[in-house]
Amino acid sequence: MKRFSISRLGLPTYAVLATAFLLTPILYTIVFSFNNSTSGRTQTTWQGFTLDKWANVCARAEVCEGVANSILISVAATLIATVLGTMIAIALVRYQFKFRALVSLTLFLPMATPEVVMGAGLAALFFNLGVGQGLLTIILAHVMFCLSFVVVTVKARVQTLDPVLEEAGRDLYASPNQVFWRITFPLLLPGIISAALLSFALSFDDFIITYFNAGPVSTFPLYIYIQAAKGVPAEANVIASAVFLLAILIVVTVQISSSLKQKRILKIK
Amino acid sequence: MAFAAFSSSKETFKASGKTSHVALWLLLPGLSYLALFFLTPLVSLVLTSVATIDPTSFQNPPTLLYGFDLTAYSDAVGKYWPHILRSFYFALVATVAALLISYPLAYFIGVKLRQRPLVQKLMLTMVVAPFFISFLLRTIAWKRLLAVDSPVVQFMHTVGLLEPGQAFIGTDASVIFGLTYNFIPFMTLPLYTALERLDIRLLEASGDLYASPRVTFAKVTLPLSMPGVISGTLLTFIPISGDYVNASPNFLGDQNTKMLGNQVEANFLQTNNYPVASALSVMLMAVILVLIAVYVKRTGTEDLL
Repeated sequence: MKRFSISRLGLPTYAVLATAFLLTPILYTIVFSFNNSTSGRTQTTWQGFTLDKWANVCARAEVCEGVANSILISVAATLIATVLGTMIAIALVRYQFKFRALVSLTLFLPMATPEVVMGAGLAALFFNLGVGQGLLTIILAHVMFCLSFVVVTVKARVQTLDPVLEEAGRDLYASPNQVFWRITFPLLLPGIISAALLSFALSFDDFIITYFNAGPVSTFPLYIYIQAAKGVPAEANVIASAVFLLAILIVVTVQISSSLKQKRILKIK
Repeated sequence: MAFAAFSSSKETFKASGKTSHVALWLLLPGLSYLALFFLTPLVSLVLTSVATIDPTSFQNPPTLLYGFDLTAYSDAVGKYWPHILRSFYFALVATVAALLISYPLAYFIGVKLRQRPLVQKLMLTMVVAPFFISFLLRTIAWKRLLAVDSPVVQFMHTVGLLEPGQAFIGTDASVIFGLTYNFIPFMTLPLYTALERLDIRLLEASGDLYASPRVTFAKVTLPLSMPGVISGTLLTFIPISGDYVNASPNFLGDQNTKMLGNQVEANFLQTNNYPVASALSVMLMAVILVLIAVYVKRTGTEDLL
């Protein structure tokens, strides 16, 4: 007979409660994107259900302007960071080179530096050099902090790759170019895609570094920060909820389909 | 690292021992980029922190006289020592709170859910779900959820946790609450990564040798998950010590909860006192570098990424 034990009932209950706690403000943000607030600001009080804010997100032009800038910045920063980061990840796993410790440390530091230090540092650099701030300085900053996260994510994928497959390609007289584009790259693609998604998410949501280097440009997080004093309009909730639901949908679909695939493989075996 | 939690790599292949110039060309662009836009800005911060504002210039932004003057440091410490201390105090309390909340959660997902991979993955997604929604909006949501008329705060009044008429938002506790909430995923992921690798047979062996669950936890589980505890602590403590959104009066704080980051922002972006803002950043970075040095000395550089 086993008596009541913490791990039997207590732990699952705790885990569910802790997860609910993590999701509470997300739920609030989604629910209040449907709030029919008369002044247009997200109020504490529920004033009735409406789809108006979802249907007319761009009723407040500044919201959509910020989002458009954010998307532009994130796409540009993601593209550059993903290319540079993938190259580094391949080098780290597949090649031997000197100063490996120094390279690892250089890649680790941006992930371990407070954003306010990186933001102020870049702003000080641009100020010292007399470079005006704008879209370009934001993109330069975002590539910097996304790069290391791309390396970590792609590196994990490179490590699972069997070099034998590439050797087989070479044995069959494929040129190094063909080996890379026909074998290595397709196998790395899932890792590259998750790195790009992570990079996009980090860039899209970045506030602190962007705030120091934006000059006159507004992004979605900057808009929210500036509106926070007066109360954020429900349209901002709509954008954030839409992004969240889309991201969750993608991740969960991928997880369920890959687990179904795994089950099928096990059955065949 | 934290995000290694997303990978499901079980087997790894050793570097095949190729030494070539290819490695150099693969590394060069990215590393040059970091040298230019990560390391140079740090040097720039140090240079700015020992510069002075030209007293004859009244333009905005001001002209800097580059030299070696430590006035900015004495000004920063003299004026902002409460903010500096508060930053590290808040970071310490919030990191410990995040560790206590995250450990059982990571244990449940990493050890108890092993038999159900799909549930495990979905649960992990729920833990990182906050990353998919705006950090600022999450924090604003808590401001609304913990406003004076919210049930939670009314309950706190009833049980006497808050004085009658006292608001929760704007207190030290509300800032620490926000910091803890926002950085829990940074703690849970590395803990999960460590616990997911834990060999259950070791726990069973400990039980077979008549160790109580408590002893098994203290002597087997906890020591084996120590790498996760340490990297989680580092990954949580560092961003919290530099955060200023939670402590800002427009979010969960008020004038008396401002942290070091708030003063960097105020000096850099509002009063344009670049030397003082840079001195504050350099001091924060110095503390972080000491922490990283201790960490690297303990774990080595191979496991950093």
